[in-house]
Amino acid sequence: MTRATLVGANLRRRLRRTILTILGLGVALFLFVTLQTVLRALQTAGEVGSESRLIVGSKLGIVFPLPLAYASRIQSVDGVQQISYSSWFGGVYQDPRNFFANFAVDPESYLSLYPELVVSPEHREAFLADRTGALVGVRLMERFGWQVGQTVTLQGTIYPGEHRFTIRGVYEAGRRGFDEGTFLFHHRYLEEIARAQGAEEGFVGWYVVGLTDPQLAPQVASTIDSFYENSAAPTRSQTERAFNLSFVGLYGNIGFFLNAIGTAVVFAILLVAANTMAMSARERFNEIAVLKSLGFTDGSVAGMVVTEALVIALLGLLVGLGGAMWVFNVMGFDAGGFLPGIRVRPETMALSGIIAILIGLVSGLIPAIQSARLRVVDALRYVA
Amino acid sequence: MKIPFIYNVRSMLNRPATTLATAIGIALVVVTFVGMLALANGFRSAMISTGSPDNVLILREGADAEISSGIDRETAQILAAFPDFTYSTADVFVVLSKPRLNGSETNMPVRGVGPDAPRVREEFRIVEGRMFEPGRAEVVVGRGLVGRMQNVEIGDKLRFGQQDFTVVGHFEAGGGAFESEVWGDAETLMPVFRGPVYQSMTLKLADPASFETAKARIEGDPRLQVQVKRESEFYAEQSEMLSNILRFIAIFVTSIMSVGAVFGAINTMDAMVASRGREIALLQTLGFRPGSVLSSFMIEAILLALVGGVLGCLLSLPINGIRTSTTNWQTFGEMTFAFRITPQILLLGLGFAVLMGIVGGFLPARRASRQVAAVGLRRE
Repeated sequence: MTRATLVGANLRRRLRRTILTILGLGVALFLFVTLQTVLRALQTAGEVGSESRLIVGSKLGIVFPLPLAYASRIQSVDGVQQISYSSWFGGVYQDPRNFFANFAVDPESYLSLYPELVVSPEHREAFLADRTGALVGVRLMERFGWQVGQTVTLQGTIYPGEHRFTIRGVYEAGRRGFDEGTFLFHHRYLEEIARAQGAEEGFVGWYVVGLTDPQLAPQVASTIDSFYENSAAPTRSQTERAFNLSFVGLYGNIGFFLNAIGTAVVFAILLVAANTMAMSARERFNEIAVLKSLGFTDGSVAGMVVTEALVIALLGLLVGLGGAMWVFNVMGFDAGGFLPGIRVRPETMALSGIIAILIGLVSGLIPAIQSARLRVVDALRYVA
Repeated sequence: MKIPFIYNVRSMLNRPATTLATAIGIALVVVTFVGMLALANGFRSAMISTGSPDNVLILREGADAEISSGIDRETAQILAAFPDFTYSTADVFVVLSKPRLNGSETNMPVRGVGPDAPRVREEFRIVEGRMFEPGRAEVVVGRGLVGRMQNVEIGDKLRFGQQDFTVVGHFEAGGGAFESEVWGDAETLMPVFRGPVYQSMTLKLADPASFETAKARIEGDPRLQVQVKRESEFYAEQSEMLSNILRFIAIFVTSIMSVGAVFGAINTMDAMVASRGREIALLQTLGFRPGSVLSSFMIEAILLALVGGVLGCLLSLPINGIRTSTTNWQTFGEMTFAFRITPQILLLGLGFAVLMGIVGGFLPARRASRQVAAVGLRRE
């Protein structure tokens, strides 16, 4: 009889308890991995942004537009390869709860600045040719069951009234994590809308600047900002990655909460697991005494108890981590588009593995020490 | 015949370590549950206490938030002259990128208000320094921003556009969202920001009961292209999405955690039942019915959970009142609010603990009640 079979026999001794412990650890690790994954997805949202594109927005804040007249001067800066611009539209489809990003872009320059927007040549042509056409992310199409060629009406929040668009093309993300839930249309159409409503014309929300070399980013950014420093509409230029990260900063303390909850979860499972391990060891003091009288050393008895705890912890890890990976990496759950590109990352896998091993070691430790210290005479007399 | 309650208490006290470990496991679930509900509740009550039901808020038609709204001077003048209202304020509202104390940038809401604003929003109160003077480059800062943002102490200067504004006072506004804003004179701020247009207008009803009449009158006026809301309802609507998300996270996280805690409770109770085979058999031999054994073990499980629940509630109390912040996605402005634990939330936490006890205790208790006395007595 090998030691492994002994450990196996012990695990089967109270099979229900073993399974419950494994499942308990499993759900807790699942929760831990989920929280960490959400946290990472929020933190790394910025990684989607490119280092070779600058976003030039108003220094004052996101609601302030910039004059369209800035375009030619920015274009002339050394290191600028190409420039495009867009404006937030803030349209609502049917119900304000159906939130999705929709903005007006200068179609040709935008598509060439964003190779991540993968569009078939026919869709591209159709979109460029139609003044009221829209280019829609594939996930947004699925969400509302839209078809190419369909006319959709957005309710304006910044530009009052109902605005009709014809879906001319669908894009897919050419890079993992790039949002497939955006609605893009012609900036020219937005200007028509603004003109019809007597709103100020010739303004854009932000410029996108393509650089010839990412290394030039700081230099180009400060050159552009220095042009307008003392004007009525000063600019703030930053790399797209830094820009995206500043949005992540808006989540405020959410990260702190997710971490706090994760820690509470880990503590809770540690307690529950340690408790269970201690209980099973206590119940078996008689058997352990028998093993010892058969010649098993203190160390080997303790080792067996720890091994048992480790096996339970690792099976729990299999359930929890496996479950989370199945949900995020295989099923592709993305919280209704709220968390695009969410997946369990290697760091999270490693972290949850380390936690599982620690839980196994810590929860096995006390009963292992007790078992090792156990005196055969006392134990045979002991009633649990 | 019932098994005396004290028996359950004694048997728990006999195994202090096991009892405590299970109770703490449940307590941590309760702490998380209470904490997250307190967070959602704090955010909601900050938003709800922002508006008054006696006030009417005017936005441009189609606009769903102040930042996307625009109201011209003429409209504001027409509205201010309506007989249904006593005081009114036409506000300029923007969010500006400003540094936090820790250096990161966030969107700070800035509001230019009319001279009657403190009379429209009655909770407004200067707590330090003084009120800004109309026509001068002065502002007052909401208490929620103090200690979080740079340049908001009295005497500091905040730069908006091309102009410096001196901070002359700090204010409170009943704990609501206004406390996360900077207030200045609308006429002074207007040229600095978006030109001659207001974002919203708030009017105090002369008779709080006459909201519907006033609304009908405004909407029936062909000169006005605006939407009319009760101020309190507007802020409640704005908070809806985020507080739903927070509540969803609270329920999602705690329900998963509680499954783990229930497994733990089952294990603990199971082990108790297993190790007390003789005791149970003895009880049966003494004449206690299976039903009594079942209810006795259930009581023990509930008691255990209750200890955990009370412990959890006590452990969660210190978070009450801690201030935190998040982005209000309707305005993109940062908003600070405090965790708010209410007696209802604590009761929910306790109820939740008891539920875990019931679910976790039932199977082991049933097993105990079905045990055959003779077999139990024969066991080691």
